[in-house]
Amino acid sequence: MIHLFEAFKIALGMIVTGDQVVFSIAFRTLLIASASTIAATLLFVPLGCMVHFSNFKGKRIAVGFIQTMYSVPTVFVGMLVFLMVSRSGPFGVMGLLFSPWAIILGEIVLIAPIITGLTISALRNTGKGLEDTATSLGAGRGTMILKVLAEAKYAMLTSVLMGFGRAVSEVGVAIMVGGNISGYTRTLSTAIALGVGKGETAFSIALGLILLSLAMVVSIAVNIMQHGYRGRK
Amino acid sequence: MKRSTATFFFLVAFILAGCSEEPLPVQTDTASDALEEVTGSAAVVPIARVQRLRVATTTSLYDTGLWGYLEPMFEEKYNVELDVLYAGTGKAIDWGRRGDVDVITVHSRTREELFVTEGYGVERVPFAYNYFLIVGPADDPAGISGMTPEEAFKTLMADGEAIFVSRGDDSGTHGKERSIWTSAGFDYDADVRTAGPWYVEGGSGMGPTLVMADEMQGYTLTDIGTYLAYQGDLELVPVIDQGDVLLNVYSVLQVQTSRDPELSLALVDFLVSPEVQQLIGDYGVDAYGMQLFSPCAGQDF
Repeated sequence: MIHLFEAFKIALGMIVTGDQVVFSIAFRTLLIASASTIAATLLFVPLGCMVHFSNFKGKRIAVGFIQTMYSVPTVFVGMLVFLMVSRSGPFGVMGLLFSPWAIILGEIVLIAPIITGLTISALRNTGKGLEDTATSLGAGRGTMILKVLAEAKYAMLTSVLMGFGRAVSEVGVAIMVGGNISGYTRTLSTAIALGVGKGETAFSIALGLILLSLAMVVSIAVNIMQHGYRGRK
Repeated sequence: MKRSTATFFFLVAFILAGCSEEPLPVQTDTASDALEEVTGSAAVVPIARVQRLRVATTTSLYDTGLWGYLEPMFEEKYNVELDVLYAGTGKAIDWGRRGDVDVITVHSRTREELFVTEGYGVERVPFAYNYFLIVGPADDPAGISGMTPEEAFKTLMADGEAIFVSRGDDSGTHGKERSIWTSAGFDYDADVRTAGPWYVEGGSGMGPTLVMADEMQGYTLTDIGTYLAYQGDLELVPVIDQGDVLLNVYSVLQVQTSRDPELSLALVDFLVSPEVQQLIGDYGVDAYGMQLFSPCAGQDF
């Protein structure tokens, strides 16, 4: 127990003094997760909107499928992306394996269902009633869509934050397609996985605390967003 | 690189969106905006642009810190970023087969020779050796201290209670363990893996396996380098350190399909150069009071 307490003290020291290795890993993790989230947002928020505002055969099944994919195991995505971007795979020529790009790609795939699905839910929850009211008041379809989008913006932002939260803390994809290369593809979670195995307790705790605070910032932000959203109602 | 990545993002988006019957709500400029965003921020850290060489190494050369020690020297000499990936010998060889790495440093002679004869590796070049140890709890519950490795394994099998933690990950160390079981007269898959709960297949690298054996108060087969590097955190002691079968030779192999054969060859030459051989021999002597690796370039191992 004393040992653990000591390790905690050293870990806090690393954070307070701004240990270079710790913070470069944290910074890289943020960068990779942000890149994935931004790309996934640009691709899948519009997709979610398209799905919600259109009617097509099998829509219910499609939405159900997207929601099932929320909990797709990260190692499964990792394996899939590995086979795709390995030099013997279909996208091998691009040489993406064992680079941050491969991690970004994997995280985009991983959070795509979350962002798409939660965008759909956000629009559905906001749209209930509002769509009928707007239409009955004589609003055209375009106006109605804009109204719903404006009302749902905080809830939609929440979906993006949830995606970021999953991307920043995942380990399966990062270790399989990134390879945990020191100074290049090592993220907070993969560094912790290695550090614990190596008995680098203090270092791992320091990284863990940073990861935890990132997750907390996200969850606080989500909370604030939801309050903002309710406040508008 | 930039363009190909954009195309890739776009393709993936397309594939993912394929399940919807609606047209894609994405235009090419949106995708390239995303890319700008990504590459713009990426400029802060060394992503792409720099020349990179990938070496996949067996975990023992990584966990002992040897690669971490040699890496900056090679990078400085050749002005290249060396990406060191750690994995068991089996996985490292598989990455080599797939063409995902340029060079491998592993320790399993038969598999290395197969790798070369199958046309995946250029040449097997031994560069260092040490010995395997069987380590276990200080009170030696199965009483195997001083036996030959084969006798010890027979005794463990007969005992059926004392825990043995196997790497179980198709690594070079795991391969060595299997060959000891075979020469002790057992069929690995039929006899050993099904022998009972005392035989634990850990499925991780050497360091984590040592930690696991320590936690479970069991025996394990380890290379001496990783054991010394972890010794401070372990209660395990060497139980058996004698036996010809325990010889452990590390080789470096250039992968036939390397994207940069010249630089790959340079890495092989770097490891067997007299200066680096000297450094390998001296590595860890100050910290552990004994040699972790004996250089052996040019010798028949």
